[in-house]
Amino acid sequence: MSVLRERVTWVWLGLMVLTCVTTWGLSKNLFSPAVAVVGNFLIAAVKVRYVMLDFMELRQAPVPVRAVFEAWPVLVAAIILGFWFATPAIR
Amino acid sequence: MDGVWVFIGADSVIFAILFLTFMQDRLKNPALFEASRHTLNMNLGGLDTLILLSSSWSVALAIQALKRDLVDRVPRYLLGGVLTGLMFVVSKSIEYFQKFAHGLTPGTNPFYMWYFTLTGMHLAHVLLGTSLLTFLWIRSRRGAFSSVHRAVPESVASFWHLVDLLWIVLFPLLYLMKAV
Repeated sequence: MSVLRERVTWVWLGLMVLTCVTTWGLSKNLFSPAVAVVGNFLIAAVKVRYVMLDFMELRQAPVPVRAVFEAWPVLVAAIILGFWFATPAIR
Repeated sequence: MDGVWVFIGADSVIFAILFLTFMQDRLKNPALFEASRHTLNMNLGGLDTLILLSSSWSVALAIQALKRDLVDRVPRYLLGGVLTGLMFVVSKSIEYFQKFAHGLTPGTNPFYMWYFTLTGMHLAHVLLGTSLLTFLWIRSRRGAFSSVHRAVPESVASFWHLVDLLWIVLFPLLYLMKAV
């Protein structure tokens, strides 16, 4: 078992890169708040999906179970972004 | 193993409701939430995310090794999970200490009430997960698990990945969410 040949290793590397992009890239003032917030939560939803599918091994789960769990990041991102766009501007 | 998935599902729903309620409160006073957010240490929060992702990866490798009966590798991967879990606890303790040193407590304003509640609940999950991983590490060193005896390690691993994915949402929610 070579660590580099494991799918979880490549998923982990991808998640680490995405974390650096959101924390130290998207959150800088180079982007408008809307771009930064939408980008942050879409990337968070993608990260959660990969944690579920590859770390929690839901990729091999029955389709109904997988569908329920995969709906969670979509629903959470939709709720957060829905409220964010409904919130009045502060300036 | 089904019981673990019911627990993970229920816990995920509870946190989703908490995220919704946080956003409802933020909608009432976005200026206060934005000003308070700026006092959080974004770099430490980002580092916490990298720590938890690495922890999940290490535990996922332990399960892969177990499935292939490479039982001699399992303890070292689990130890990686334990140590990174402890690193998160230390990092969060430093962050809390800094907040208290500046007089910031859950009573300061609604944002800090949410910050301490959400991160505190998550930290309780981290402490439970780290304890369970430590138990697994000790048992795995005695050869207690194999490809046919892996229900307990897989259940603990799934819980640990839940801890990771909750933080993946909590971090941008509290630290990165800019106001317009």
